[in-house]
Amino acid sequence: MNFQGIFSMSRKDVTTLVIFSIVVLAMPIWLQPFGAAYPDLMQRFAIFGILAIGFNILFGLTGYLSFGHAAFLGVGSYTAVWTFKLFSMNPIPALFFAVILSGLFALVIGYVSLRRSGIYFSILTLAFAQMSYNLAYSVLTPITMGETGLQLEASDPRIIDSMFVGEEAGLPVSNIFGLEMTGIPGFYFCAIFLLIGFFITQRIFASPFGMMLRGIKSNQTRMNYTGFNTRPYTLTAFVISGMYAGLAGGLMAVTDPLAGAERMQWTASGEIVLMTILGGVGTLLGPIIGAWLIKYFENIFSSFNENVLHNLFGFLPDGLEGFVVEITSMFVGEGWHLTLGLVFVLVVTFLPGGMMEGYRRITTLFTGGGGDGDKAKSEDTQTQPAE
Amino acid sequence: MDAILLQLLNGLDKGGAYALIALGLTLVFGTLGVVNFAHGALFMLGAFCAVALRKLLTLEKVVLDTENLTAWGTPTEIRTPYVETWFGEFGAVLVNYSVPLSILVAIPVMLVIGVAMERGLIKHFYRRPHAEQILVTFGLAIVLQEVIKHFFGANPIPQPMPENFAGAADVGAMLGMDPNVIVYPWWRLIYFAFSVAVIAAVFAFLQFTTFGMVVRAGMADRETVGLIGIDIDKRFTAMFGLAAVVAGVAGVMYTPLLPPDYHLGMDFLVLTFVVVVVGGMGSLPGAVAAGFLLGILQSFASMTEVKDIIPGIDQIIIYLVAVIILLVRPRGLLGRKGVMES
Repeated sequence: MNFQGIFSMSRKDVTTLVIFSIVVLAMPIWLQPFGAAYPDLMQRFAIFGILAIGFNILFGLTGYLSFGHAAFLGVGSYTAVWTFKLFSMNPIPALFFAVILSGLFALVIGYVSLRRSGIYFSILTLAFAQMSYNLAYSVLTPITMGETGLQLEASDPRIIDSMFVGEEAGLPVSNIFGLEMTGIPGFYFCAIFLLIGFFITQRIFASPFGMMLRGIKSNQTRMNYTGFNTRPYTLTAFVISGMYAGLAGGLMAVTDPLAGAERMQWTASGEIVLMTILGGVGTLLGPIIGAWLIKYFENIFSSFNENVLHNLFGFLPDGLEGFVVEITSMFVGEGWHLTLGLVFVLVVTFLPGGMMEGYRRITTLFTGGGGDGDKAKSEDTQTQPAE
Repeated sequence: MDAILLQLLNGLDKGGAYALIALGLTLVFGTLGVVNFAHGALFMLGAFCAVALRKLLTLEKVVLDTENLTAWGTPTEIRTPYVETWFGEFGAVLVNYSVPLSILVAIPVMLVIGVAMERGLIKHFYRRPHAEQILVTFGLAIVLQEVIKHFFGANPIPQPMPENFAGAADVGAMLGMDPNVIVYPWWRLIYFAFSVAVIAAVFAFLQFTTFGMVVRAGMADRETVGLIGIDIDKRFTAMFGLAAVVAGVAGVMYTPLLPPDYHLGMDFLVLTFVVVVVGGMGSLPGAVAAGFLLGILQSFASMTEVKDIIPGIDQIIIYLVAVIILLVRPRGLLGRKGVMES
């Protein structure tokens, strides 16, 4: 592929990319009315967006459902924190090593797991992730610090930093030549990676390689009969997607230099799956929207408590108010996961294509169900995950 | 020799739990063709049947005794469970045996939950891809465990076993060896015996009743059984209920061994899925055999001698075995041809 080939994008792709960039970069402005414009949350938006689009390259395009993606996230985090400890607080080398190491990790796990498909693949990835999680908690404690989690310490060597900067008081913060990776600069740092990640995904979706992956999803056997060896393609997709997860894990460590094993637990992998499904599997924007929605509502819902609810329903008669508060309190605050679970069950049951399919259905409704919408729909129903 | 026998025993009760859950999981998969990620949650619900019953039985009447004051000068409280004031001695026995008694509660409760789950949700997923079945049942499992968390809190709730079984049995002496060499808690032995009994009952039901015969026929060829004029869906729903009951009673009896909390199901689910895959998707004897096998392997791996050779092996042995088996024997130990293969 020559240089021109990489950058020759269809007009639609360019528009999407431009609009997406504006939306992401303007987040501190348009999130203001939603009460979500503080840096910590926006950093999470960007990081989980990267995670979800990476996962979508595997699950959305090839149909292989990995239940072990959190392992790569964990590997990325640990690598980044170790780079901070050993070499430098500059995030660039940390992210570089995080991506490389999680890619290698994905290569090994993918090489083994991709020998099987369907549910066996899910179980294999799950098994590998659980192994990493259990090991991180037990034998690998010298590397991972087990339950306490891996943290920065004042006594860390930081070879490169110590050559330029003298001893500092307190724990250092990750920085690019002095610009600290917290707050708004931290968000923009993550956002740039989200945009780069999005651009690469867009290119993959439009490339022959992406077509190949879609072919594997709709009918792997036929692909094999046509003479393609599908495994290198699925393995590449797996590694790319693992590298995205490693990048996300590295960014988590950049914004908050702490890595814990619970990041690798299989419920964390489940959360990635939830995001992707909620937004829309196999679509470009869906997974990112899913990740944003989940992180946003997690933030909003968890902050609700009984008092807020009493204020909210204060206009109701006393007895009724107590009852309504009692019921709604099940779904907010501590019980936010209940809401998430219910929404998820409903989405999988009635709207398997997630938010993006919902959006498409609504637009079809308004445009009078023209041929275009039908075509998109039939395309959607014909694709089935590899088994 | 003693050490080996002791580890063998150690693996049996855990293996029993694995086998019971895996049996239900396989039954659901074999009949309905649905991969049920909510099966662990059923185990957890069973365990909480025991918690709930014990809570009910130990509702206490508080009498203030003004004669005897505590060190703080307040009247001492005399707490007696209502059942004891109503039934006297018999009430005390009820409280003592709350865990085994819970089985009687768990059976109808789990049957209702199972059938409701199948008719309400799973029914719509027969023909959907396995990935979607996994996803929807995963969501359902989250819902179930969050509901339990709402009512029972997030902390583990220990359940005492009946006092008569609280001690340990001298297994060594029973087998004609020196006394006090192999001492093993009674309840674990009971759990093993219980799981064997339940497994035997399920197999007998499938093997020797007409209902079971029809179900087996349906598992082999659903369409033909339907053509004969049998409403096979109804029977399969019943089998889902049965699987829920098996998981539920397994959970009830496990409570004294491991205080249940709301994510108990998730912890067991991953392991049982591995068990099912090792045993072979869709093979009932495979699930049972793999359950006990992995339980025993796990206890052997946690011996200090083994851990000295390969550190951390006890943490990963089950997954490691699963990976190896899946790669060298893709259908699992006793898997049939054509199950879950495209």
